[in-house]
Amino acid sequence: MNYFGLLAQSFAVLLALLLAPLLKGWVDLWRAWLQNRSAPSLLQPYRVLHKLFWKESVVADAASPLFRLAPYAVFGCMLLACAIVPTLSTDLPFAPVADAIALAGLFALARVFMSLAAMDIGTAFGSLGARREMLLGFLAEPALLMVLFNASLITGSTSLATIVETLGHQQFAIHPSLAVAGVAFTLVWLAENARIPVDNPATHLELTMIHEALLLEYSGRHLALMEWAASLKMFAYACIGVALFFPWGVAQAQSPAGMLPALPVLLFKLALGGVALALIETFSAKMRLFRVPEFLATAFLLAVIGLLVHALLGS
Amino acid sequence: MHDGRLAGLLAIDAVLIAIAAWLVLAVLSLFLLRRRTAVARAIFPLAAVAGLLLGAAALWGLAGGAETAVLAIGLPGLPFHLRLDGLAALFLALLGFAGAGVSLYTGGYVRADDATPPGLFAFGYLLFLASMAMVLLAADAYVFMVMWEVMALSSFFLVIANHHSEETRSAGFLYLLIAHLGAIAILLCFGVLAGKTGDYGFADMAHRQLTPFWASAAFLLALLGFGAKAGVLPLHVWLPEAHPAAPSPVSALMSSLMLKTAIYGLLRVSLDLLHQPQWWWGALLLALGLATALYGVVFSAVQTDMKRLLAYSSIENIGLIVAGIGLSMVFRAYGMNALAALALTAALYQAASHAFFKSLLFLVTGSVLHATGQRNLGHLGGLIRTMPWVAWLGFVGVLASAGLPPLSGFVSEWLLLQSFLFTPGLPNGFLNMLIPVVAAVIALVAALAGYAMVKFFGVIFLGRPREASLAQAHDAGIMERTALVWLAAVSVALGLAPNIVIQALDPVTRALVGAGLGPTVAQQGWWLLAPISVERASYGPAVFLAGVLAASLLAALLVRRLYHGHLRRAPPWDCGHPWQSARMQDSAEGLGQPIRQIFEPFFRMRRELPDPFDTQPRYHVEIEDRFWLGLYLPVARAVDFVARQAGRLQQGRIAVYLLYSFATLLVLLLLVRR
Repeated sequence: MNYFGLLAQSFAVLLALLLAPLLKGWVDLWRAWLQNRSAPSLLQPYRVLHKLFWKESVVADAASPLFRLAPYAVFGCMLLACAIVPTLSTDLPFAPVADAIALAGLFALARVFMSLAAMDIGTAFGSLGARREMLLGFLAEPALLMVLFNASLITGSTSLATIVETLGHQQFAIHPSLAVAGVAFTLVWLAENARIPVDNPATHLELTMIHEALLLEYSGRHLALMEWAASLKMFAYACIGVALFFPWGVAQAQSPAGMLPALPVLLFKLALGGVALALIETFSAKMRLFRVPEFLATAFLLAVIGLLVHALLGS
Repeated sequence: MHDGRLAGLLAIDAVLIAIAAWLVLAVLSLFLLRRRTAVARAIFPLAAVAGLLLGAAALWGLAGGAETAVLAIGLPGLPFHLRLDGLAALFLALLGFAGAGVSLYTGGYVRADDATPPGLFAFGYLLFLASMAMVLLAADAYVFMVMWEVMALSSFFLVIANHHSEETRSAGFLYLLIAHLGAIAILLCFGVLAGKTGDYGFADMAHRQLTPFWASAAFLLALLGFGAKAGVLPLHVWLPEAHPAAPSPVSALMSSLMLKTAIYGLLRVSLDLLHQPQWWWGALLLALGLATALYGVVFSAVQTDMKRLLAYSSIENIGLIVAGIGLSMVFRAYGMNALAALALTAALYQAASHAFFKSLLFLVTGSVLHATGQRNLGHLGGLIRTMPWVAWLGFVGVLASAGLPPLSGFVSEWLLLQSFLFTPGLPNGFLNMLIPVVAAVIALVAALAGYAMVKFFGVIFLGRPREASLAQAHDAGIMERTALVWLAAVSVALGLAPNIVIQALDPVTRALVGAGLGPTVAQQGWWLLAPISVERASYGPAVFLAGVLAASLLAALLVRRLYHGHLRRAPPWDCGHPWQSARMQDSAEGLGQPIRQIFEPFFRMRRELPDPFDTQPRYHVEIEDRFWLGLYLPVARAVDFVARQAGRLQQGRIAVYLLYSFATLLVLLLLVRR
C-alpha cells in the first residue's frame, strides 16, 4: 500500500461524503419539478445537516448506550461501504478488504444497529419501525446478493473491483441475465433507500412509515448522522448500480490525477440515475405495507431467474 | 514439536490426562453431593482448567500427525483403541475451549435448591464432557458405540435435572427415544462397514472396498443415525423440546458441542471410512441441509421462548454445516478436491464458530433466567440497563449468530457462498445449473437469522421492562462474566483472524478430501482472506473492523470539535403520544408476525383473536411443527396399535404362557426337522 493509494482512497471517501447529500438534493429537486412544485435549493440537505449538528441532542430518559452508539456505527458502516464500492477507480487499497458479499453484510450490520436502536427506547413506533425494517431487510438483502451474484457469475469474481474491470473493459456484449438483474436491482434500490412505492421519505404517517419510524427518537447531531448515513447509503447503492450496469469510464489509476477524468463521467451517470429515481417516484404510488413482501419477493425471484438464465445460456 | 512429541509426551497422552482429570473430578463430586460451595468453587473451575488443557493438547495434536493409543480397559481381549488425527483433534479443541467456558460459567450457575443436588449434577456434567471426548478419540466401533451411549445417557440425566416438572420429563423421554433410534442406525452402519470380517477397527473399515450398494446403505444409515443426533430435518423435533427443558449450561453443551460430535461422526463415516463418495450422497446432504436451515431459521423467528428460539437457530446452523459437507462431497465425487476443500473448510468454520457463539447465547439466557425467573420473551425487556455485562456480551454473540461482519459467523457464511458460486466445471450439467441458484437459499437463511437475532436481543435486553419485577434483576457474577468474556473473545478472534484458523484446518481437509486451503491463504498477510485469489474474492475482517471503528470515532470526534456535545435527557417523544406503557411495544408474537404471514405454509397455527366486545381481550397464538402431525403422531399411533395387539397375547395366566412356550417349541422343532 503506497501513499498515493491512501491519498486516492481518502479522496474517494471525501468525495462520497460531499456528494451524497448533493445527490439527495438533486433527487428532491427533480421530484419537485416533476410534480409541479417549486423546488428547494440543491444545497438544502447540507443546510439541514448543518442545522441539526448545531441543535442540542435530546435523548429519551431510558435510552441505553446502544442508542447513542448506533448513529456513529451506522455512519461508519455507510462510509466504509462508500470506500469499498469502486466509484472513480478500481485500484484502491480498501477494495480487497470487502467484496460484494461483505458489502451486503455491511448494509445488514448497519440495519441491525438501526433496528436495535429503534427498539431501545421501548416506544410503540420504534419497535414497529424495527419490525418493518427487518422485514424489508431480510427480503432485500438476499435479493441484493443475488443481483451481485449475477455479475459474479459473468465475471468469475465477487470482488467489486474485478467485476467493474471485467465488465467495463470487455467487448460490448449483452448479458440477458444482467438485464433481468438490473430490474431486480432497481426494485431493491427503491426498497432499501425508503423511496416511494415502499416507503415515503417525506411523511411521518404512522400507518406507512418505515425508515422515519426508526429515527423518531433521534434529534440533533444523532439525527444528522443518521440522515447523512442514509444519503451515503443512497449514494453507495447508486454507485453499485452504476458499477454493475454502466461500468464504463471508471479509472484503473491509483493517483488522484488519474482519477480526475473519471469524475465527470461519474457525476453524469449519477445525475441521470437521480432523475430516473425521481421519475419512478413520481409515476408510482405508495404501496400498502402488506404488498411490500410481494414487491421484494419479485425482486428476489427476478435475480434468481437471472442466475438461471445465465446457467442456461452460458457455459 | 511437529512430530507431536514434547519430552516424550504425545499429544494424545495430554488429551487423555485431561479426560482423566474430568473423570476424577466427576468421582470427587459424588462425595460432595450437597456441598454447593465446594462443587461451584472447586470442581467446576478445575474442570474448566482441564478443558483448557484438553483444547491446548488437541491444538498441538492438530499440527502433528495421527497418534494412537491403547487403553487397557474394556472387555477382556478387547481393549479401548484410541486415535488422535486431525479431524478428532479439531473437534476436541472445540470441546476443550468451549467446554472450559461453559464449565467456568456453571460454577457460578449451580444452586443448592435445584431438583438435582449440585454434586450429582456435576457428576453427570463431567461424565458427559468426558464421554464426548472419548467419542472423538475412538478408533473402533466398539469404543465409539459405548461412549456414544454414555454420552446419550449422561445428557439425558442432565436434561431432566429439573425433573419435578412434567414438561421436562416428557422432553427428556423424547430426546432419549430419538437418541436411541439414531444409535441403532449407527450400530447398523458400523455393521455394514465391518462386513463379514468382524473387525470393527476404523482403520480396517477405511481399507475395505464396499460395493456401491453397500457403501450407499452404510452412508444412509450414518445419515439417519448422526442426523437424529444433529437435528437434521425430520428428526429435529427433540431439539426445541430438550433445550428449553435442560439447565442453560447443559443446553449450551448440547447445542454447541454434542451436535458437533454428530457432525464429526457424519464426516468420519462419509468422508474417511467411505472414502469414495458418490455425487448423489452430497446432493442429498445438500438438499437436506438447506431444508433444515430454512426450516430452523423460520421457526426460530416466530418463537416466544428464548431458549426454543436458540434451539431452532441451532437447527439452522446444523443445516448450514450439513449443506457445506454435502457440497464438499459433490465436489469430491467429481475429483475437484480444491473446491471440496473450500466447501469443507466453510462447514468446519461454521461448526467452530457455532460452538462458541451458541454457548455464549445459551449461557446468556441462563443468566437472564436466573436474574428474572422468566424464559418467556413476553415477560422480559429492558435488561440492558440492569444487566449491562450480560447484555453487551450477548450482543457480540447475537452479531456473530446473525452472520454479520466482522464476527465469526460471517466468515463461514462467506466461505460457503464462495464455494456455491464457484461451481462451474462440474461435469453434471444439472448440478452445475442448480447449485448457484441454491446459494439464494443460503442468502435468505442468513438474512432471516439476522431477523431472529434482532428479535432475541431486542425483546430481552432493549425497550422497557414488560414486568415490574424486572427492575430488581441483577447482573451475572464474576465467574459467569469471565466465562462469557472468554466465549465472546474467541468469537471475535475467530472472526478477525480467519487465515490462522484456516491454516489450522488445512490438515483436516487434506486428510478428508485431499486438498487444503492453507498454502493459498498463507500467501496473503494474516489480515486478508483470499481462498482462491485476490482477484476472485477477498475479505479482510480486521481492516474492515478498523475501518468502521475509525470512521465512527472520527465522526464522533469531528462532531464534538466542530459543533458541541450538548445532550439533554427528556421523556421519549413517540410522535407525541402521551400515556405510553411497556405493553405498547411489540411483543415477541408481534415481531414474529411478518414471518408468520410470509411463511404461512410452514406452520400449523392456532390463533385466538379478541372479539370487539370482549371486556378482557386476549390474544393467543400457538405455532406447531407440521412434522408432529404429519410424521410423528401417525408413527406413534401405529406403535401404540401394534403394542395393544401384542398385549392381547398377555392373558396373565400361567397356563396360557405355558401354551405359548409349547407352541413355540413345536414350531421350532418343525423348522429344525426340515
